[in-house]
Amino acid sequence: MLAAIVVFLLFAITDSSANHLWLKQTGVAAWTTQAAFFGIVAVPVGLLMIGGEFDLSAGVMTGVTAIVMALLVGKWHVNTWIAILITIAFATAIGLINGYIVVLTKLPSFIVTLATFFILRGASTGGVLLLNSGSTQITVTTAHPAGLSSAKSIFGSSFFSSGSLPSGYSTAILWFIAVTIVGTWVLSRTTFGNWIFAAGGDQNAARNVGVPVNRTKVLLFVSTALAAALVGIISFTQASSAVSEQGVGYEFFYIIAAVVGGCLLTGGYGSAIGAALGACIIGMAFEGVIYAGWDSSWDFAFLGVILFLAVVVNTLIYRRALKARR
Amino acid sequence: MSEPPTNTKETTAMSGENPESAPAVHTGRSAATSPTTTEGPAPALEVRSVSKYFGSVNALEDVSLAVHAGQVTCVLGDNGAGKSTLIKILSGVHTPDSGEMLFDGDPVTFAGPREARAHGIATVFQDLATVPLMSVWRNFFLGNEPTRGRGPLQRMDIKQAQRVMREEMAKMGIDVRDPNQTVGTLSGGERQAVAIARAVYFGAKVLILDEPTSALGVRQSGIVLKYVIQARELGRAVIFITHNPHHAYPVGDRFVLLKRGRMLGSYAKSDTSIAKLTSLMAGGAELEELSHELQRAVDPSVKEVAKELAAEVKTPG
Repeated sequence: MLAAIVVFLLFAITDSSANHLWLKQTGVAAWTTQAAFFGIVAVPVGLLMIGGEFDLSAGVMTGVTAIVMALLVGKWHVNTWIAILITIAFATAIGLINGYIVVLTKLPSFIVTLATFFILRGASTGGVLLLNSGSTQITVTTAHPAGLSSAKSIFGSSFFSSGSLPSGYSTAILWFIAVTIVGTWVLSRTTFGNWIFAAGGDQNAARNVGVPVNRTKVLLFVSTALAAALVGIISFTQASSAVSEQGVGYEFFYIIAAVVGGCLLTGGYGSAIGAALGACIIGMAFEGVIYAGWDSSWDFAFLGVILFLAVVVNTLIYRRALKARR
Repeated sequence: MSEPPTNTKETTAMSGENPESAPAVHTGRSAATSPTTTEGPAPALEVRSVSKYFGSVNALEDVSLAVHAGQVTCVLGDNGAGKSTLIKILSGVHTPDSGEMLFDGDPVTFAGPREARAHGIATVFQDLATVPLMSVWRNFFLGNEPTRGRGPLQRMDIKQAQRVMREEMAKMGIDVRDPNQTVGTLSGGERQAVAIARAVYFGAKVLILDEPTSALGVRQSGIVLKYVIQARELGRAVIFITHNPHHAYPVGDRFVLLKRGRMLGSYAKSDTSIAKLTSLMAGGAELEELSHELQRAVDPSVKEVAKELAAEVKTPG
């Protein structure tokens, strides 16, 4: 929380744009939208990390699901709402595959999802080129595809647009808030949340008292895939098009957001709201660097520094949590 | 010298020789130390001459033991004595190759640990009992969370969980001031207490404690022993597995000694002493031999050790 405020103030100070837009609606809308796109996936990725696993395929999944949507709606003229259901089913399947491979083979999820990441990346790019006569971008060409406008109003539109802010705030922000609330509720209030902590904290102890560790992990993998699909659906309905390789590289932003938000890389500790704040910091970093008038390449360096500081602080917390009081 | 006891009428035979050895153990329990006689209630858990083989290795051969509600049966043995095999049989992980198991007097076979747990047999493993990074109340109710509300609004009843946890820990003599305190900040003895209190609260009739003191210092071990007594006072049957007779003797009602997978004997508390248990475990004769060997050494300091060893061997007799 403190870190988020510090970053916000830092960019407020360094803001060198005309009229100091960082503190105005334009700036706020820019970074919250950016944060929302990262945060929707970062929250479930954070929960998965608390459960002791990684999902490196979450980034590419946002792109693949957008492509699935674009192919269904733009190329095969499927009703948008049916396309959304198919996309959700597809994401659930990918999540189940990731989850079951991890719990059945007991291989590190880092490797398993890295493999899924590359398979999805290659297959989606190749598939798009094959189906889309050599073009990497699929655009909806029909004038009024069935259901697209109603789906767009829920997923890919904006609100609070005004004279000073014609583009308004992205609907993604509302989804981000909803995902954060649900994530926090599940983690801190429900039985399943207790199992997430236990699965990541000490799975043998958890199994000893009858926690279904494998089921918990599989469900977490499904949740990250579904969150990625939500982002895919949002970005497709917003742009009415999708490009292959979209979302590649985002998996690390999700992990950075979760770690900056206090989730332990080794599992067993963290919070959903933390991951959400982490996503806000990343959003601010991405937009703030632009507003400060620096080259946008610097945002990676900035994120690296933040990540490093966060890991150091987390390690201190972890050690303190494990230190016996007497 | 300290040859295996001469004054115990129920010392079991080393093997097959006496098939009725297990019941004999009970009738032999001296009436003075125990209200339970043959006419009394059946033991909460009993194994009769069980054996377990892994390939050609006799991990456990003809071992019998019983534990009654409100009593502590200690299983003593050095490393490799077959203690862990015995725990695994009692907790349903292994099925014995021969011999039988009785729960409340009725023969049972457990298909797995889950089934043993369903019968009310709770095993507290030394290291695998609690999750350090989770709070005390989350650990206490892990896998058995109390809930309220229904459907998507179903949630843990946190207030209830914290209240019950504090009450149950208080019964063990621990005041948990902050229920959100992580288990990792508790001392080793208190962590065992959380696991024991949890097992007691969730209705364990039989509590199997696997070396609960082995990783702890003197003070912490003392605390755990207190909890063992608490669990006994709460009417649970406790099987306390340890290699330390000094920990077993003060809390145990009955002592079963294991050595290389066989039973060395089973004694009521009135029929034995710490010294006798120690000497039996170490193998009195072997210890004596070792002392003679050491005495032949030239180094005076080694001789000193040898003398001490000899003295220790003699005292129990």
